[in-house]
Amino acid sequence: MDLITTPHFASADDFYEALIETHRDLSVEESHALNARLVLLLANHIGTIDVLRQALAAARDSAPAPVQVQPQTPQTSSQAPVPAHAAKR
Amino acid sequence: MKLGDLSSQPNLDYQQVRFDYERSPDQDAATPVRHPVVIVGAGPVGMALAIDLAQQNVPVLLLDNDTSLSVGSRALCFAKRTLEIFDRLGVGERMMQKGVSWNLGKVFFGEDLLYEFNLLPESGHQRPAFINLQQYYVEGYLAERIAQLPLIQLRWANKVAGVEQCTDHVLVTIETPDGNYQIEAGYLVGCDGARSAVRQLIGQESKGRIFRDRFLIADIKMPMDKPAERWFWFDPPFHRNQSVLLHMQPDGVWRIDFQLGWDADPEFEKRPENIKPRIDALLGQDARYTLEWASVYTFACLRMDAFRHGRVLFAGDSAHGVSPFGARGANSGIQDAENLAWKLALVLRGQAGDRLLDSYAEEREFAADENILNSTRATDFITPKSEISKLFRDATLHLARKHPFARSLVNSGRLSVPAVLDASTLNTADTDAFEGRMRPGAPAADAPVRLCDGSDGWLLRQLHGGEFVALVFGDGNHAAELRAASDTLSRAAEGIAPLQVIRIAAQGTPAGAVASLVDSEGLIAQRYDMEPGSVVLLRPDQHVCARWRRPSADALKAALHTALAAA
Repeated sequence: MDLITTPHFASADDFYEALIETHRDLSVEESHALNARLVLLLANHIGTIDVLRQALAAARDSAPAPVQVQPQTPQTSSQAPVPAHAAKR
Repeated sequence: MKLGDLSSQPNLDYQQVRFDYERSPDQDAATPVRHPVVIVGAGPVGMALAIDLAQQNVPVLLLDNDTSLSVGSRALCFAKRTLEIFDRLGVGERMMQKGVSWNLGKVFFGEDLLYEFNLLPESGHQRPAFINLQQYYVEGYLAERIAQLPLIQLRWANKVAGVEQCTDHVLVTIETPDGNYQIEAGYLVGCDGARSAVRQLIGQESKGRIFRDRFLIADIKMPMDKPAERWFWFDPPFHRNQSVLLHMQPDGVWRIDFQLGWDADPEFEKRPENIKPRIDALLGQDARYTLEWASVYTFACLRMDAFRHGRVLFAGDSAHGVSPFGARGANSGIQDAENLAWKLALVLRGQAGDRLLDSYAEEREFAADENILNSTRATDFITPKSEISKLFRDATLHLARKHPFARSLVNSGRLSVPAVLDASTLNTADTDAFEGRMRPGAPAADAPVRLCDGSDGWLLRQLHGGEFVALVFGDGNHAAELRAASDTLSRAAEGIAPLQVIRIAAQGTPAGAVASLVDSEGLIAQRYDMEPGSVVLLRPDQHVCARWRRPSADALKAALHTALAAA
């Protein structure tokens, strides 16, 4: 199944109004938290990881300026802190 | 103290034991004495490996740079699979008797219980999901078992100072209070922990991710009215904005892990006077307790690129490290040991080629990746590494109060289960249709059985160890068929590998004179998807490597060759 990116709302304007209304009177911080909860709720509703990955990629691709994906450079060291749980030897 | 004196002392404080350094005849030999297997590090992994090898008649030299056992609870949580391995090593019951058994985990957010999980949601298993047992007991009991096995020489205060790979051996230089000496090792196994000297001496390192967080572990002796469960708090009222983990230990001791954050000063936090306010916040001001042990740790998820370097192999923390959330450190190390033991034994006896040892590295590198993945994900949840990561973590926790779906995202550690070795080259792919979890690569599931003498027992306890096992399923009313199938397999294995055949009579049918046991509750049939005629082949480490509805002698031969890396 593919991510639906063509119009799918019964009423797009109704949704948009409801979305903005939901954020009314919230601080920016509270709104960010609400958005995070919203993402999680909707993601669970979709459920399918393939569709979710397409959505994640589409969201990232639509940023105003091209966002370079930084390859993760893991910290590498042989002097790594040693877990206390490790065998002592 | 000598190793043999351990078991004669009741109520021994294993943390106080000091073993004698004893001069060995090897130190006076004109040329280096050869040993087929030398294990470095007498921790849980090295000791388990030594016992497993000795039980398979392989002489072992076990070296330790110290003269004592572990101090503090350390590894603490020993998983079901580890207990099953301990059973095979002859120490399972002892560990069970002392350990605190538990199956249930609870996760709290603030003051509220978010959800609980049962790690062993089905009955019909001898061992629980976990026991909590201080590492010094585990090491003490393993040491007592070693004392019973004359094939193991355990040398304390023998520190490896040099490792040189030669054509048919490894030349090992050992430092002792009497000065240095050398030995030749057919194979050298580094079980010497996260700071492995063997690893450094061959110029290798363990690489990966370091997490910027600190945790205080405290072992506290106190009366506390809480059940034997794993309790994990996010942001509890007694330790705001951080997490806390609580485990019950034997002897009325509790293990508490307090998350401190990266800025905490380890030396400051370790002091008893600075630990006290944290304990008081949890227990109340007037609580009486004694602090048994405390440590501040940080952690990393890392591993060596390869667990095998010629005749030098690595097992346990020397090869891989994980964060403690998930109890995947010692448990995966014990599984390394059991994976390696039978392979080394067969190679040393000439029953398998050296290639079999490559499969050790492949399989356990795969398992380490799985453990590191799980451990990294849990750590990213507990210790969010960015603002946005913390935003989503908190959003998940807030949703989880009300919405069940979010509880599945809450990650306080995904607890140790053995890896299914799906991609192992030692597996024979299914050619017959099978259902169920016991696919090639899976560790064998236990099940209740009725033995020939009418007593009740457990399937895994019937496996001798050191041999392949064919589980042959049949109808007890057709004993001749079961006998014929069994004889075919026994003959087919001759000259290839040692094979134990277990003839299983289906539930409701008689064991008669032929069957080894009865599937008394039908759980073997269910868990292994068995029908009369079905055969499941297990490796000596109890992983499934092949299964058939009605195998021919040739099919079994081919599967054994494959499992010996000789195909």
